[in-house]
Amino acid sequence: MNIYVLLKKTFDTEEKIAVSGGKIEDDGAEFIINPYDEYAVEEAINQRDAHGGEVTVVTIGDEDSEKQLRTALAMGADKAVLINTEDDLEDGDQFTTAKILEAYFEDKEADLILAGNVAIDEASGQVGPRLAEYLGIPYVTTITDLKIDGENATIEKDVEGDVEIIETSLPLLVTCQQGLNEPRYPSLPGIMKAKKKPLEELEIDDLDLEEEDVEPKTKTIEIFLPPEKEAGKVLEGEVSDQVKELVSLLKNEKKVL
Amino acid sequence: MNFELSKEQQMIKKMVKEFADEVIQPRAIEIDTEAKFPVDIFKQMGELGLLGIPFPEEYGGSGGDTISYALAVEEIGRVCGSTGLSYAAAVSLGASPIYYFGTEEQKQKYLTPLAEGKALGSFGLTEPNAGSDAGGTKTTAVIDGDDYVINGEKCFITNASFAKTVIVTAVTGKNDKGKNIISAIIVPTDTEGVKITSNYDKMGVRGSDTAEIFLENVRVPRENLLGSEEKGFKQFLYTLDGGRISIAALGLGIAQGSLNKALSYAKERTQFGKLISSFQAIQFKLADMSMEIELARNIIHKAAWLKDNEKPFSKEAAYAKLYATETAFRAANQAIQIHGGYGYMREYEVERYLRDAKLLEIGEGTSEIQRLVIARQLGC
Repeated sequence: MNIYVLLKKTFDTEEKIAVSGGKIEDDGAEFIINPYDEYAVEEAINQRDAHGGEVTVVTIGDEDSEKQLRTALAMGADKAVLINTEDDLEDGDQFTTAKILEAYFEDKEADLILAGNVAIDEASGQVGPRLAEYLGIPYVTTITDLKIDGENATIEKDVEGDVEIIETSLPLLVTCQQGLNEPRYPSLPGIMKAKKKPLEELEIDDLDLEEEDVEPKTKTIEIFLPPEKEAGKVLEGEVSDQVKELVSLLKNEKKVL
Repeated sequence: MNFELSKEQQMIKKMVKEFADEVIQPRAIEIDTEAKFPVDIFKQMGELGLLGIPFPEEYGGSGGDTISYALAVEEIGRVCGSTGLSYAAAVSLGASPIYYFGTEEQKQKYLTPLAEGKALGSFGLTEPNAGSDAGGTKTTAVIDGDDYVINGEKCFITNASFAKTVIVTAVTGKNDKGKNIISAIIVPTDTEGVKITSNYDKMGVRGSDTAEIFLENVRVPRENLLGSEEKGFKQFLYTLDGGRISIAALGLGIAQGSLNKALSYAKERTQFGKLISSFQAIQFKLADMSMEIELARNIIHKAAWLKDNEKPFSKEAAYAKLYATETAFRAANQAIQIHGGYGYMREYEVERYLRDAKLLEIGEGTSEIQRLVIARQLGC
C-alpha cells in the first residue's frame, strides 16, 4: 500500500507566543509536528505494518522543516519529501497548500493519504478535504478508527462526541482526530536510522507550478492575541437571588439572553 | 568551533524530554516517598533504546555518542534524580566497562542484554573500608583450576538488587613492588554464594536501588576476567572518568529542574503587592543559578566531546562532575529559599532536588577526590 502523510510544522502552543507588527515572532519559538499530524504518522506506520507498503511523509515548508520530517522518519516512516517554498512564495493559504499538494500527487499512486484533523496554529481543517476534492477521491475527516480490508475501509468518525461509522473504499484521504491512537516516541535506534532514510527536497518549479498558480485566495488583515482571561465572578446570597442576578447579568451585561 | 547540537542530538534531547515529562515526572514524588525502584519505567527506557545510547548496534546499542547520552541523563535527572542515577549507573558503570574492556564473547553475552535494556548491570567497587581509597580493596579472587573463587563484601552498589551481572573488583595478586593487583571480574548475580541485600534508608535518590553484596566462595570461570588482570585498576579509573560525565549531567538536570521550578514560582508568587520575581534579591539568585547551569552544561558537553573524539578527558570530566554537582546543590538550595516555606514541603519537589543533589557530591568520587584528580593533572 502506498501511504502518504501530510505533515505541518507548527508553533509549540505550550510555549509563549509573541506577536509584533501583525506577525507572529518566530525567533526563538519552538516548532513541533502539528499534534494531529502525529496521529496521522502513527496511523500510517500501523497501517503499513499491518498491510505492508511504504509510508511517505510530505511537508510544505522551509529548510527548518527537515527536523519535523526527520522526527517522523525516526518514528518509523520510510521516506520524506520537503516541498521548500521559502524562496518562491511570500504568503500562502489553504488554497496554496492544497494546490501544491495536488501537483505533487499528480503522478503518485496513493492508496491512502492521512492528515491531521486541523493544524493547531490556524485550525482551518481545510487542506485535507480540498486536496481530496482536487484528486477526486473520497475523504473522511476527524476519524478515530480505521480498518482496511482489501480495497474497503471501515471508519469511525468523531461527530461532536458521537460516533459515525462510515464504509468507503481506497484510494482515500482521512484526517485524524485525537483518540485514533497513541503516537509513539521515536526510539533511539529510530533516530539514528532516520538520518540514513531518503529525504527528497522539491521546489514548486519541480512541480511545474508558477507563483501565480498558487497565489493565496485570502488576505490576513490582522493578527492579535486573545484578550487576557479575566477573573470570574462569584455570586453570593440566597440561591433564588443568585439565579435572578445571574439571569440579569446574562441579559444586560453579557447580552447573551 | 561549533556549539550547536547535531540534528540527531536535538531529536534525542526532545524525545527524552517528552518521555521524562509525560512518563517519569508524574511518578517522581511517589518514587521518592516509596523508595521503590521503578522497574516499569526502566522497561520503557530499554524499549526506547535509552540504555544502549553510547554502544554500537552490533551489541544491541543505538550507536549514539557520549553527548547524546549526557543529554538523556540531564533530561531524566531534571524530573527525577532517582531514575537519573540508576540510569547513569546502569550505562556508565554496569555496561560501559564490558564495552571498553570486554572480549568479543563477553560483549555478545553480557553487554547485549544490557544495551537492549533487557537487563541491568552493576559495578561493585566500593567496600566498607575502600571508598575514595579504591586501592584498599579487600575482596579477593583466587585462581582455582579454571575458576576464580571470590570472597569479600561490597557496599553502596547502585542497581545491584535488580542486576543480572555485577562487575566486581578484587585483589588477584601482588606486583613486583608488592602492591595489590586489582582486577575486574564479571559475576552473574545468580551465581552460588552471591547474596545481595538492599536495606539502606537513604536521604535522597531514594528510588534508586542501593545494595550490599556479599561474596562467599563465589566461583566464576576465569574467562569472566574483564580486560587484563594487571590493568584492572587503570580500567576502572577510565570507567570512572566516563561515569563522571554522566553524574555531572545528572547534576545539571537537577540544577535545571531547580531553576525551572524556582523561576515559575517566582513569576506567580506575590508579596508586598508585587511578583517576587521583580525583587532584585530573587533576581540575583535566579541569574546566578542560570549562569552556573550554562557553565556546567558547557564543560559537560566539552568533556563528552573530548571522549567522543578519543582525546584525553580525565581533567574535564573531573571539572564537569565537580562543578555540575556543586551547582546542583546550590541551585536546589536556592530554589527552596525562593519557594520559602512551601519549598520545604515535598509537594513542591525542590526539597527532594536538594536531597538528591547531595548524593552527587559523594558518589562516583567525592568533590574532594575530583579536586585531587584535577590537581594531579596539573602536575602536583
